[in-house]
Amino acid sequence: MPENAANTTAANTTVTTAEADIEEDLLVEEVSIDGMCGVY
Amino acid sequence: MKLVEHFQHGLDAPICLTWELTYACNLSCVHCLSSSGRRDPRELSTEECKAVVDELQRLQVFYVNIGGGEPTVRSDFWEIVEYAVDHQVGVKFSTNGVRITPERARWLARSDYVDVQLSLDGATPEVNDPVRGEGSFDTTMTAMRNLRDAGFTGFKISVVMTRHNIGQLDEFKRIADEFDAQLRITRLRPSGRGADTWDELHPLPEQQLELYDWLVAHGEDVLTGDSFFHLNALGSTPLPGLNLCGAGRVVCLIDPVGDVYACPFAIHDEFLAGNVRDEGGFTSVWRESQLFTRLREPQTGGACTSCSAYDSCQGGCMAAKFFTGLPLDGPDPECVKGNGERALELVGAGADKPTPDKDHSRRGGRKQTGVPVAIGWGPPEPDRLPDRACDTSPLAGMPAPREVR
Amino acid sequence: MSTEVFAPDRPYRLSPSVALRPEPFGALVYDFTTRKLSFLKTRLLVDVVRALEDASDARDALRSAEVPADDHDRYLDALAGLASAGTIEVRGD
Repeated sequence: MPENAANTTAANTTVTTAEADIEEDLLVEEVSIDGMCGVY
Repeated sequence: MKLVEHFQHGLDAPICLTWELTYACNLSCVHCLSSSGRRDPRELSTEECKAVVDELQRLQVFYVNIGGGEPTVRSDFWEIVEYAVDHQVGVKFSTNGVRITPERARWLARSDYVDVQLSLDGATPEVNDPVRGEGSFDTTMTAMRNLRDAGFTGFKISVVMTRHNIGQLDEFKRIADEFDAQLRITRLRPSGRGADTWDELHPLPEQQLELYDWLVAHGEDVLTGDSFFHLNALGSTPLPGLNLCGAGRVVCLIDPVGDVYACPFAIHDEFLAGNVRDEGGFTSVWRESQLFTRLREPQTGGACTSCSAYDSCQGGCMAAKFFTGLPLDGPDPECVKGNGERALELVGAGADKPTPDKDHSRRGGRKQTGVPVAIGWGPPEPDRLPDRACDTSPLAGMPAPREVR
Repeated sequence: MSTEVFAPDRPYRLSPSVALRPEPFGALVYDFTTRKLSFLKTRLLVDVVRALEDASDARDALRSAEVPADDHDRYLDALAGLASAGTIEVRGD
């Protein structure tokens, strides 16, 4: 898995899950607490 | 590994969960996913509820969504909420607003870690009240005004999308903006009383596209509870969220009598994992139940695996398939490629479909003829509320004809 | 949320309103005030975050958690992201 994807990311490495396909080797991922099916 | 791959195998504790505190409700919405109305006499006691909170704290479940029925009609509701937040469990509760008086709104505005979600299914009474009952629009709007006047911003307005309100999406957004609240739209599922009204209420195919397009254009600050990932196949932009069924893997339901189900849309023996009153409590149900172990095994797409869209739709919603009589390893009834419609034709219009196990509906059952029955409390003034925190039906507490347990 | 630029030579800690729950793959992180939920996707990052409290600065936390030198930039980037989200904050000491 090439490292360039992570290195070219700027300081903000927190992405939403929608972009996760592209940036699989990012270390932090954010999801809305509301973003889970089956919860009111 | 992608995040969702971690979740498909399940976690040692839920990330968050739905907790229906009571089946009692002052309304009788025609699509109620929990078929609520009458209190179940076997409801968890205040002490049992606190014991559940203690377990959630130990498990580090950060957050519970408390609903029902109408959770605020329990006389110990506010006590339970305070207990939860005092024990590191955040609360969002889902309500029709009946008890959100100005004073209560001020209490909520002062409370840390308590969020409020108001249910609304029409931007006007004409659209809302046929579904939720006469006067229910006014009740909810009054609660919203009370919250705003108390300085509570950011509360949620939750809408179940139906054939009749998809055209009001912009209007719902406008209402949310007016109250500095956050709009949340969710999917109608054929669960509970929703099974009876599904045919008339579920969005039509062209409306699904309208909905998807609207979310892509406006969904930045609109919550969806991750309930529209079955629409992802309509375009190349995946909707925000985990986009997977979390039932039994990262979320679940605790019902008013302590039964633990995979999710609130699946109140049926088929998806019953255990009961919090069992030895080992909620923790052992979550970690060791046969049902959840099975759900955490690798799922094949079955009939859907050869479809190019499977990666984005994941085969849709388990509960939607189950209650429309479709096999769980096939297409969702609202499959955007039309595979669900074809599958339903195969099943046959008159086929027996699973019916919800629990029916706490008022007046003897789910079938509503004509205008839905509603008590219609109107604006939540303290002196207009019953002096007992339970429903006033003479059938309260009596078992429904089909109840066995 | 922090508008301060992340600095690897400053001391940090997990923000008081944040709960961290370890998982086999890393950790769940929940901020009770912003209601944001994040996932730390490696155990190593979890070790780094936990090492922040007693480390003299962020770089020191990477060393203490034994992050390979080649990965230092990636992990500092991750910490910068956590700082701007308010998950970690500068320590007052």
